[in-house]
Amino acid sequence: MGCFFCWIVVSFQRGIAREIEAQNKWAQRVEMSYFFVLSADDALLRSPSSSRTRTSMRPTLALQVRGGGLGLLMCSHLPRKSVVPAPLSRRAVPIYRPNHSPYYVGLDRVREDPYDRVANPHGVIQLGLSDNKLCLDLIEDWMSKHFESSAIGGGDFAMYQPFDGMPEMKLAMAGFMSKVLGGTLSFDPSNVVLTAGATPAIEILCFCLADHGNAFLVPTPYYPGFDRDMTWRTGVEVIPVHCRSADSFTLSITALDQAFDQAMKKGLKVSGVLISNPSNPVGNLLSRDMLCNLLEFAREKNIHIISDEIFAGSVHGDAEFVSMLEILDLVEYDKGRVHVVYGLSKDLSVAGFRVGAIHSYNEDVLAASKKLTRFSSISSLTQRLLVPMLTDSGFINTFLGTNRDRSRETYKLFVEGLEQLGVNYLDSVAGSYCWVDMGGFMSSYSEKGELELWEKLLEVSKVNATPGSACHCAEPGWFRCCFTTILKDDIPVVMDRINKVAKLCKHAR
Amino acid sequence: MVGCSSDGDGSKVLSKIAMNGGHGEDSPYFEGWKAYDNNPFHPTQNPNGVIQMGLSENQLCFDLIEDWIKNNPKASICTADGVENFRNITNFQDYHGLPEFRQALAKFMARIRGNRVEFDADRIVMSSGCTGASETLMFCLADPGDAFLVPSPYYPAFNRDLRWRTGVQLIPISCHSSNNFQLTLSDLESAYSKAIESGVKVKGLILTNPSNPLGTTSDVDTLKALLEFTSRRKIHIVCDEIYSATVFAPPVFTSISEVMREVECCDPCFVHFIYSLSKDLGLPGFRVGVLYSYNDAVVSTARKMSSFGLVSSQTQLLVASMLSDGDFVERFLGESPRRLRDRHRKFVEVLGRVGIGCLKGNAGLFFWMDFRKFLEEETFEEEMRLWRVIVHDIRLNVSPGSSFGCAEPGFFRVCFANMDEVTADVALGRIGAFVTRWHGDKNLRLSFKSLKSGDENNNSLSMTSPHVMSPRSPVVIARN
Repeated sequence: MGCFFCWIVVSFQRGIAREIEAQNKWAQRVEMSYFFVLSADDALLRSPSSSRTRTSMRPTLALQVRGGGLGLLMCSHLPRKSVVPAPLSRRAVPIYRPNHSPYYVGLDRVREDPYDRVANPHGVIQLGLSDNKLCLDLIEDWMSKHFESSAIGGGDFAMYQPFDGMPEMKLAMAGFMSKVLGGTLSFDPSNVVLTAGATPAIEILCFCLADHGNAFLVPTPYYPGFDRDMTWRTGVEVIPVHCRSADSFTLSITALDQAFDQAMKKGLKVSGVLISNPSNPVGNLLSRDMLCNLLEFAREKNIHIISDEIFAGSVHGDAEFVSMLEILDLVEYDKGRVHVVYGLSKDLSVAGFRVGAIHSYNEDVLAASKKLTRFSSISSLTQRLLVPMLTDSGFINTFLGTNRDRSRETYKLFVEGLEQLGVNYLDSVAGSYCWVDMGGFMSSYSEKGELELWEKLLEVSKVNATPGSACHCAEPGWFRCCFTTILKDDIPVVMDRINKVAKLCKHAR
Repeated sequence: MVGCSSDGDGSKVLSKIAMNGGHGEDSPYFEGWKAYDNNPFHPTQNPNGVIQMGLSENQLCFDLIEDWIKNNPKASICTADGVENFRNITNFQDYHGLPEFRQALAKFMARIRGNRVEFDADRIVMSSGCTGASETLMFCLADPGDAFLVPSPYYPAFNRDLRWRTGVQLIPISCHSSNNFQLTLSDLESAYSKAIESGVKVKGLILTNPSNPLGTTSDVDTLKALLEFTSRRKIHIVCDEIYSATVFAPPVFTSISEVMREVECCDPCFVHFIYSLSKDLGLPGFRVGVLYSYNDAVVSTARKMSSFGLVSSQTQLLVASMLSDGDFVERFLGESPRRLRDRHRKFVEVLGRVGIGCLKGNAGLFFWMDFRKFLEEETFEEEMRLWRVIVHDIRLNVSPGSSFGCAEPGFFRVCFANMDEVTADVALGRIGAFVTRWHGDKNLRLSFKSLKSGDENNNSLSMTSPHVMSPRSPVVIARN
């Protein structure tokens, strides 16, 4: 007993591995399937206590070193594999490594065990994905009335189309964006480049605006996906600029300035600032003044601004969304340094259709982005479906209005539930989520305490909410809870479950 | 709205990637496109326009696809029968893709290979066309500065797709007309050794099979030899099999996946291929690409990267349904090669009658035309001059061999599957007329000799930047 062992699996596997500390107990043979390693000098060892490796895996060979002996464990259903793993590129290795971010882990858990009031009432409730399911019925209804106009068949739509979007789609998107980003703005389709979702739009802009090793300033907390979109393949670095609860997590130019100076001192070249407005995960809006100050800051430092405005049409509170483009409209200079990212995943609920857009006044950015859309193009089938929908003004106006009303209603119910539990939240006005302060339930005011709470929420009460640390929040205890993926009737269930954890935590103290 | 350049208003600095010529659009390959776009042929509206023969698009069987879609309304969410699926897929952005989509693709790809091999749906990673798949593979397998060997002539857009954002180098291995442009082991070995000696890190070999631009398939022995070569040196082999179902004449297509089990030293971890529905099914607008790897780590990594180019869930649903229809697949895979063969034969026979030779091809949407006899000198300058005559005078946009990196001047890739019969006849007529005039008219040869690039007759070709596309013209940059 008390033997020290380590597992080293010498071939590649698919799936998730967890880092472990040396254990002094024997791992279950049945859990052998969870093991694999990347390379000899990068052994990823697994914790036998892991309960999270559920994706299918096929281990081949495990070398078990125990005490002074060497054991060889062979598993069944082995594909023929080389003992020495074929090398990935160096840049692929960090991407290959399992992502332990709670954001992704939580999404996986829901995928494995999704809540359904009837079919799976004990499943994991999804509050971690900012999809909008509130108004799908409206879209379905529109489609039912317009089968002909969006029907497939006839024409050359299946042939090659401009990678940056069919002209009619660009026109339709430009029109929709002008409704959502600011009714007085009018968008020229030639300033719009369409992409397969906002994800590649962000990546394309980073490729265009920054070289490998350059940096972007990004106010925190921020959408966890930015780390992927901005850094994975571009080599760009993200410099977090922390915002505080004392300021309601609003961006401060002073903080930006300090971050910029610090970057310079470290020899990092800052290429720009990336903001999300409405903010994700906080759900607040940047004021006109702040936007002007930001533009001024960017001009002073001669850097770009990427403004991710994907939630522009998701304002549910009494506030007015102001787009960066509206500020630009008032000035005659610096138009070339601002680039807006938009998409239909949130405001129009069609995340699966992969529709994103870049708007820029910078001809060079447009030219380069257009060419880069060959790697991330919208399906012509989908464009054909969406053009008549987006250009149906009556429908779009009704949709946006109803979406706002339903979001507001659901948000109100959600926060009322939180209030009843005595849980604080930041009163937000936009987005499909609520920024909730569960710090009171943590065992310690630290990231560790937050992650423990997150794990309890996920494993014990089966609620997937995104902890602030996944969003690089400087203050522990905050969670993003999306309310547009659940039904109204499920809100009491959610509150019940949160309450369960709350009691558990109070007990523990 | 007024645009501005980076030099003027706004931030002055863009990235190197944005400002370098890595997109390759300054290549003459794209000039012909621009000429077409300025003056596109139409049988009635513009009968003297330029006929597009530089775009490798398969329009011969779209009627079969269209019929299937009309007869299977449930597959489309915008029909009464199909709209019930809408809610299931509208929010679906899981990068694993719909399981039925991957399963249908696996079945389809196996069927193309005569079911001689099976594919694991879990190894299929989706991408935005083969373009996305090829770039993603480079990100996974190579670092900036690393190199891949590629037999030339090769698809020109590889220079952009594989290199632009990835920083990977391509080392061409010249193939020669003396042996029908087949890649020889000695050429491969020599190119590899040379690269290693010069300190370049060679990560693998890219093979397009069936070949673009040659229109030929690699034989089994060659594939085995290549696989053995790469396996022994522990480098990757990436096969672009995008034209796998366009094989219309013997020999039957052999995929790298079939050869693997016959090469003892083969390590599956180094074998990958890419595929797409753009050519075989003629659906480039759908942006359906596949990255298939026998390496679990590559599958896992590529899948994560596929977030940058997911296939629309609406399209996944339709494709899943279509490719699961066994009857349709059988009918399509029987009919499409037949139509390709007939069209190919028509061109080759007519050209043969006027003394123009082509490489004996059995696949693809194009043939490799030998125009060397029309060169006064065996130089690439001559080839470009000849090409400008073909585009400007004969008014056919064909692609010069130099744009494919061909080592010998005088060859052109001519696409034949992107037009109807009427247009094909017109194109053939024009070539025939040109050849007749060439033989009979010394003045024509002289005037051809005096043509320089950029002279007043070729204003339409002196542009270097794309103009606004006409609605019917193909995109400037397309897979072909």
